[in-house]
Amino acid sequence: MRRLMPFLLTIAATAAATWAVATLLLNISQRKQEGAYQYLRLVEITEETIDPSLWGRNFPRAYEGYLRTSDTVRTRYGGSEAFSKLDTDPAWKRLFSGYAFGVDYREERGHAFSLEDQKTTLRTSQFKQPGACLQCHAGGMKQVYESVGGGDLQKGFELVCAMPLDTAWKYVSHPIACTDCHNPADMKLRITRPGFLNAIKLVKAREGIPNYDPNTMATRQEMRTFVCGQCHVEYYFKGEGKIVTYPWHNGLTMDGAEAYYDSVGFKDWTHKETGAPMLKAQHPEFELWNQGIHARSGVACADCHMPYMREGAAKITDHHIRSPLLNVSRACLPCHHFPEQEMLARAEAIQSRTIALLDRGEIAVLALCDAILAAMRRGATEQELAGPRALHRKAQWRLDYISAENSSGFHAPQEAARILAEAIDYARQGQLQAELIRPSGLSVK
Amino acid sequence: MRSSSWLRWVSAVGFGVFVGLSLFTFHFAEGLSYLSNDPAACKNCHIMNEQFDSWVKSSHHTVASCNDCHVPATFPDKYFVKAENGWHHSRAFTLQNFHEPIRIRPTNLQELQHNCIRCHSIMVGDIAAHRDVEDMQARCTECHRSAGHLTTN
Repeated sequence: MRRLMPFLLTIAATAAATWAVATLLLNISQRKQEGAYQYLRLVEITEETIDPSLWGRNFPRAYEGYLRTSDTVRTRYGGSEAFSKLDTDPAWKRLFSGYAFGVDYREERGHAFSLEDQKTTLRTSQFKQPGACLQCHAGGMKQVYESVGGGDLQKGFELVCAMPLDTAWKYVSHPIACTDCHNPADMKLRITRPGFLNAIKLVKAREGIPNYDPNTMATRQEMRTFVCGQCHVEYYFKGEGKIVTYPWHNGLTMDGAEAYYDSVGFKDWTHKETGAPMLKAQHPEFELWNQGIHARSGVACADCHMPYMREGAAKITDHHIRSPLLNVSRACLPCHHFPEQEMLARAEAIQSRTIALLDRGEIAVLALCDAILAAMRRGATEQELAGPRALHRKAQWRLDYISAENSSGFHAPQEAARILAEAIDYARQGQLQAELIRPSGLSVK
Repeated sequence: MRSSSWLRWVSAVGFGVFVGLSLFTFHFAEGLSYLSNDPAACKNCHIMNEQFDSWVKSSHHTVASCNDCHVPATFPDKYFVKAENGWHHSRAFTLQNFHEPIRIRPTNLQELQHNCIRCHSIMVGDIAAHRDVEDMQARCTECHRSAGHLTTN
């Protein structure tokens, strides 16, 4: 037995080493296959395939990321949990008085909840809303519009916009889905929302490009922003038909949108306290980003919010769409060669400064409300109140534009600061005007 | 006695299988290519794809390949650095535990700087002895970032 031991040990050692080499061989082989990036077409994907889980069978990596948009994680100033902003910042209850947002204004969650959250908000259960809302909240709207419109996207869009929301809901069953951004035939990016198609035409026409169609004329990198810009924009429901319209007639700036609303005499609601004709900003991410340095440098939404990632040797686009601040390494560091902590600190410095201005803006607009209320108590006439009310509209539109925009100023820091500075200035101007109307103890004509 | 001769054969065959499998694995992993100067060898593991693609478009691609900048020019230092880096790279890629995006290590950064100066010594001789350059506080690639490969995804 003693003489056998060296042999047995040799066999055991060789076996272990062979095991290790075979394992390494399989690992190398697997990496090589991943590097070749192949995908298995297990199911046929067509225009009728709305359910993302079916797309997920062919594209499991992208689908796994998509499913993770249901997570709830906070950054310093943003988040994705369900809570009411009216509870955390009660000033907005008053700023939105007389409007549905004054009743329910919740933190937005990930794409996975886009349809569900629309159904649970008090803004749709306590108030009558049109089918227009659906354009951005459900998956497969292109297919819905085309079937309702008898093959005509625009016609179906107009018909669904005018429907009651409860009726429109019956056509849909999924939140934002693969088919909304990808062509099922070749997975190329595509624009499916008529609101964006109509509005980008206006923007490009101003640049001297008539009849612009992003689906045939946009570059790949432009599409990596446009697909997001379909919904992450400022909009209103135009006229009796409630057509979803983006106010890009004078360009993509805050001032351009305001000039458009003024020119058509639009107001979202009348402020219950001051009687001012108000505008509600939606979430102009695409517009504000357009004013910033990242847009200027050719960086697309997807570069930061869906950065390339690696699984094994395969390079894929991260479909777990989220704040880049939760993913600084992959989101920022490919371009910015600094430590993660440094990049996070830069972003948070911008956001802290924006939030500080925003807080001052809220105080200023509330002071304006108080001044108008006091003037009304002193018996101010409608004519005398017109000036302060117009300034209330201007100031709060600016304040809300940055408050509702989902980056706490990061998408264009200087533009955000400029807009908030104007908000504060207009609010204080309005306050001064209101205070000069029949000052207490004096009789003014 | 008879059983030990039987075992000797088993060991011999087993060892042969091990050696054969190892050689095949080395061949399958294109092991020999790592001894060459071919830049294509660096993207065997595909993580260097972007670096390779951008190097093709860089100002240096007609005069310098990966090895010219990233490993010493002389024997045996060249193969020592190659072996050391090769060990780190293959371990990281197999175990999949490394920083993303990939980052150059301080020692390799020093090697890089040394190679910049090696080729451009006539032009930079006067400033290469400056303390900030010596201390790696002022690095060539801080400003000349696109000389080799500037990747933006």
